[in-house]
Amino acid sequence: MPMNIVFLLFCAVLVVLGGIAFTLSRAKATHVRATGMTMHAQPDQYAWFAVLVTAGPALLVSALGAFVLLLMGADIPTFYLLAASLVIALIGLVMGLNQVRSDFHARRAIEGVIRKLLAAAAMISILTTLGILLSIISEALRFFQMHSFWDFVTGTTWNPGASFLDAAGRGDEGGSAAQFGSIPLFAGTFMITLIAMLVAIPFGLGAAIYMVEFAPLRVRKAAKPVIEVLAGIPTVVYGVFAALTVAPLVVDIAGLFGLDASYSNALAPGLVMGIMIIPFISSLSDDVINSVPNSLREGALALGITKSEMVRNVVVPAAAPGIISASLLAVSRALGETMIVVMAAGMRPNLTANPLEDMTTVTVSIVAALTGDQEFESAQTLSAFALGLVLFIVTLTLNVVSVFMIRRFREKYRVNNL
Amino acid sequence: MSQSFEEISAQLKKRHRRSARMKWMTMGALILSAAFLVVFISDMVVRGWPAFQQAQIQVEVSYDEQSRKLPLAAVDKDVRPLISRGFFRPLPRKMENNPALMGTTQTQWVIADSRVDQYLKGNEDRLRPADKETLQALVEEGRAELKFNTTFFTTGDSKMPELAGIASAAIGTVMTMLVTMAVCFPIGVMTAVYLEEFAPDNKLTQIIEININNLAAVPSILFGLLGLAIYISFFGVPRSSPLVGGLTLALMTLPVIIISTRAALRSVPDSIRHAAFGVGCSRWQVVRDHVLPVSLPGILTGSIIGLAQAMGETAPLIIVGMVAFIPDASISITGASTVMPAQIFTWASEPNSAFAEKTAGGILVLLAVLIFLNALAVWLRNKFERRW
Repeated sequence: MPMNIVFLLFCAVLVVLGGIAFTLSRAKATHVRATGMTMHAQPDQYAWFAVLVTAGPALLVSALGAFVLLLMGADIPTFYLLAASLVIALIGLVMGLNQVRSDFHARRAIEGVIRKLLAAAAMISILTTLGILLSIISEALRFFQMHSFWDFVTGTTWNPGASFLDAAGRGDEGGSAAQFGSIPLFAGTFMITLIAMLVAIPFGLGAAIYMVEFAPLRVRKAAKPVIEVLAGIPTVVYGVFAALTVAPLVVDIAGLFGLDASYSNALAPGLVMGIMIIPFISSLSDDVINSVPNSLREGALALGITKSEMVRNVVVPAAAPGIISASLLAVSRALGETMIVVMAAGMRPNLTANPLEDMTTVTVSIVAALTGDQEFESAQTLSAFALGLVLFIVTLTLNVVSVFMIRRFREKYRVNNL
Repeated sequence: MSQSFEEISAQLKKRHRRSARMKWMTMGALILSAAFLVVFISDMVVRGWPAFQQAQIQVEVSYDEQSRKLPLAAVDKDVRPLISRGFFRPLPRKMENNPALMGTTQTQWVIADSRVDQYLKGNEDRLRPADKETLQALVEEGRAELKFNTTFFTTGDSKMPELAGIASAAIGTVMTMLVTMAVCFPIGVMTAVYLEEFAPDNKLTQIIEININNLAAVPSILFGLLGLAIYISFFGVPRSSPLVGGLTLALMTLPVIIISTRAALRSVPDSIRHAAFGVGCSRWQVVRDHVLPVSLPGILTGSIIGLAQAMGETAPLIIVGMVAFIPDASISITGASTVMPAQIFTWASEPNSAFAEKTAGGILVLLAVLIFLNALAVWLRNKFERRW
């Protein structure tokens, strides 16, 4: 029989068993109650408990079995596994029926099962983080066995192209050996991030200050969704915009000044990434500026200073930890942004300070390493994981620092909505 | 040191001017941000609009023995180069399936070649002079014109721009999103319920909370690395399939759903919980019968926003191989597939400039779907949100 029919059959039998458990134990409980005995729970609760003990362990066993089967490569025939699960389900059914007694707290038992189930769901997020960490670290370690960590951190030449020859056992045929010096990649990443921040912080912060301090309520209500639309646009769309519209524009404008710009210059993705991040900074700073207590503003105005002086000397300094925290989060987003740079930035690792030249970034190199026709074991593929590890560490650090700053802000002004 | 009245009023004027200047500058920041949006949308509309139109030519198609062997012979020699090769290819099969056609001649509108299409749209001129004359004649007779492009919505990717469509990517997106939501909606809501209603305030709970916040800030491409290393290499989930893409996106969307569900649960006033406890409900009964129903609109709103986010995500899907060339739509979660943003990415990197308008057209479709989803979320929130 094909696999999915067996599986469907198994599910159907389980559902039927659950149904039997439900009706039988419900009937039994109703019967017991009809004799005048006081019971700790309602008949329905006994019934649901019976269903849980019937289906739960059986599902658990089959899932565990499938896991062992898939991972350890253990040779248990599927049929035996499912049959064993069904036997367990039967045992559970009998036990569940047995538990329909007046002194059994069925509701409390259900409560316990559900609490465990919910806790298990909550653990999945931890498993995800562990999964990211383990997968990246283990592959990165394999990379560092092939190429030295020191060269990776301090090298200035990123030339993974020749590594496929090594992987194919023809290492000495190619002209130059593969080199994995990540400095040019990080230089490109930071350059583009810097450009993005130069756009996003003034615009985002300015828009937030205007909306909180100056704008009438009507404007505020209309402007917020407009800014949020910017946040909802997919990054691939920004990428197309950067590559097709902004990059040629940058080249033309640079041409007017007699400068020679590349069509995959760093300026275009940086600018567009900045636009993408504006709503991020503006909505976070909006919240922060909003939670600066009004007493500070009123006290300042009462001393006779103008509104802009109040904003500059009172509100912004008070909100500074929150604003810095928002900016750090934005930096971490810009560092990890992929599609815009994949589509609009160059592929050539280039160590330069000129934003009109093409340069590549960490995320571009990750994508390039993993989309080629490389086998998984080659150094180029594994280098993606080494880069990913660095990216993970940097963004995690930025995030932790930002959480720390926002906590300081929160404690200082006792606001709870941040 | 004392100042005269004039000095003081001049100084005041200056200060007020500076204040006004700051107001205008911050307002300018807001207006410019909104202007970016307008420029951006109009740029995409201008670029993408032509994609919804397609040049078609009315020709006499003769279905006979000769054209069954050599499909090109089905139409007049002059118009032949103007017509898409995608029209000729299925001709013999069409005749085999429908023997009644044999020996007849029919006047049909057929899809024109992309060079004709681009020429009629005024984009670029790559036609030979002789073909151009034929085309001009056809246009004057009203036998060649731009019509609504149904092909774009009914076919998959193609190497011929005039035949490329968004349908298989749309189906891939639907399949992927089904997997994503099937995984992350229950887990996300369960996690949020646990953290808000059940969890004891201990170290483990704090770790879970910090971890969820961190997960929300992890760059999306790292989820792709996770999907590649764990799902594909370790568990052997088929590459490029909606299954692996959906699972990867599910992990990415999980924090969004958890955070918004927690906010929705927190907005339910404690008086409701107290009343339910007061009549003897257990904790689970309180959650199931009172807290969850009341907070459901908020949970759905958050989930739809999370879904819209996942729908626009490309980077992790590229890593797990969902940028495949998929000419035919297939409704399967384990077969190779592509999604709309990945399709846009593929078209954007095509050297043929006729694909540029396909790219923008795909973007318009994607944006329309996302705007619809977000509007739905806002509508849900406004209609069902209760202030306590």
